[in-house]
Amino acid sequence: MAEFFHMGGYGLYVWGSFGVTALFMIAEPLLLRSRSQQIKKRIARVARLEQEVNQ
Amino acid sequence: MSSRFINWFKFSSPATFYPLARKISVVSTVVAVVLIAIGLYMSFFVAPTDYKQGEGYRIIFVHVPASWMSMFIYLVMAGWAALGLVFNTRLSAMMAQALAPTGAMFAFLSLWTGSFWGKPMWGTWWVWDARITSELILLFLYLGYMALRSAIDDPRRGDRASAILLLVGVVNVPIIYYSVKWWNTLHQGSTIRMNQETTMEETMLLTMLIMTLGFWAYSIAVSMARVRAVILERERSANWVRELAEGRT
Amino acid sequence: MLEPLYWIIRRDLTIAMRRRSDVFTTLIFFVIVVSLFPLGIGPEPGTLRLIAPGIVWVGALLASMLALEQIFSADHRDGTLEQMLLTPQPVALLVAGKVLAHWLVSGVPLVIIAPLLGLQYDLSMDALQALVISLLLGTPTLSLIGAIGAALTLGLRSGGVLLALLVLPLYIPVLIFGAGAVEATVSGLGGQSHLSLLGAILVASLVLAPLATAAALRVAED
Repeated sequence: MAEFFHMGGYGLYVWGSFGVTALFMIAEPLLLRSRSQQIKKRIARVARLEQEVNQ
Repeated sequence: MSSRFINWFKFSSPATFYPLARKISVVSTVVAVVLIAIGLYMSFFVAPTDYKQGEGYRIIFVHVPASWMSMFIYLVMAGWAALGLVFNTRLSAMMAQALAPTGAMFAFLSLWTGSFWGKPMWGTWWVWDARITSELILLFLYLGYMALRSAIDDPRRGDRASAILLLVGVVNVPIIYYSVKWWNTLHQGSTIRMNQETTMEETMLLTMLIMTLGFWAYSIAVSMARVRAVILERERSANWVRELAEGRT
Repeated sequence: MLEPLYWIIRRDLTIAMRRRSDVFTTLIFFVIVVSLFPLGIGPEPGTLRLIAPGIVWVGALLASMLALEQIFSADHRDGTLEQMLLTPQPVALLVAGKVLAHWLVSGVPLVIIAPLLGLQYDLSMDALQALVISLLLGTPTLSLIGAIGAALTLGLRSGGVLLALLVLPLYIPVLIFGAGAVEATVSGLGGQSHLSLLGAILVASLVLAPLATAAALRVAED
C-alpha cells in the first residue's frame, strides 16, 4: 500500500496532479449546486414578496 | 416542414430546454462517473510502468485529457457564439457562457499537471515550451471572455459582444499557436524536447481515451447544470421560472 | 468610395492636433518604460543588447495600448458614433479610417522614437533598421486588433483594464515576429521571413479587424 502511494519516487508529482484535478472536478459541481439553489431561493422569495404586496 | 424532422429551434427556447438540460446532465453525470472510475482504475492498476519515465508518466492520464478538453471547449464555445450571432438565439450565448468556466478550469489543470510532470522529468516546474505557452495563452483567452461577459450588464449586449470576442479569438488561436511554435524552435537554448514520440502501449492509449471520454461527459454534465442556473438567473421574471421556484420551495 | 475615408482621417487628425498632449503622454510613457529596464537589470552592454528587441517591442505594445480606449470613447460620449453608424457609408470603412488616424497619431511617433531608444541599448545600424521596419509593419496591426477590443469595451465601467486583458493575448504573434525580426538581424540570420510574416498578419487584420470592429460597435451602440 505504501509502495502504491510512493509511486516509485514520483508520489508527490502523481498525487499532486491527480489530487488537484480531483479536487477541482469535485468542487465545481458542488459550487454549481449551491449556486443554483441560491438562485431558486431568491426567485421564490421575490415571488412571495410580490404576492404579499399585491394582496 | 415535414413532421419527420425534429424542429431544433423548439429547443432554442430556454423554457423548453430547461427540463431537457436536466435529463442530459443526469445521464452524462452517470456516464462521467463510470468512465472516470474505469479510467482511474486503468491508470493505476492496468497500465504498465513506463520503462523510461517510471511511474511518473501516469500524470499524462489526466494531463492530456485536460489539455484536449480545454482546446475543444473553446472551439465549441466559438461554435455556439457563431450560431447565436447567425440565428439570434439566446440559448446559444447561454451555452457558451456555461462552458467557459469549465474550459478555463481544464486549461488551468492542464498547466498544473503539466508542471507536475515537468518537475521530475525536466527538473523544472515551468518551461517556455510551445505547447505550454499556447495553453497559458488559451487560459488568458478564457479569462478575457469571462471578464468581458461579467463586465456587461445588459445581457443582450453581453451575449453578442462576447460572441464577437470568441470568434476573434478562435481566428487567432492557430496564428498564436504557430507563432509560439516558431518562436520556440528559434530559441533552442533549452535542450528540452517534448516531441520525442515514445511508442505508447495500447493499454496506455486506451486509458487516455477512456479518461478523455469521461472528461467529455463531465464537461457536458457540468455545462448543462450551469446553463440551467444561467437560464434561471436570466429568465427570473418569466412566469414559468416563478412557478418552478415556488413549486420547489 | 474612398472620400469618406479621407474625411474621417482628416477629422480625427484635426481633433488629435487640438489635443496634442495625449500624443506626448503615450510617447513619454514608451520612453520611460524602455529606459526603466537597464535600471532594473544592470548596465552590462552585452545583456542589454540581447534583451533590447524584446524590451522595445513590449514597451511599444504597452504604449500603443494606452491610447486605444480613445479611438471611440469621445465619439461615443457625444453621440457622434451613433450618427456615424446611421450614415449610408460602410461602417467597416469608417472604422478603418478612424484606426488609421489613430495609428498616425499614436503609432507613428513610437516608430520614429524607437531608433533613439535602440541606441540606448547599443543596437547596430542593421538592427535599428530592422526595428523600425518591424514596428512600421507591426504597430498598425496592434491598432487594428486593439480597435476590436476598444469597441467591445466601449462605455463599460472597468473599460481600461478589461481592454488590456482582452487585447494583450491577441498581440502575442505580433510581438513574437516583431521582436524576432530584430533579434534575427542581430544574430546575423536576417529578419526577412519575420518581416514578411508581420506583413501577412497586417494584411489579414486589415481585412478582418474593421469588420469585427464594426460588428462590435453596432452591438455597443444598440
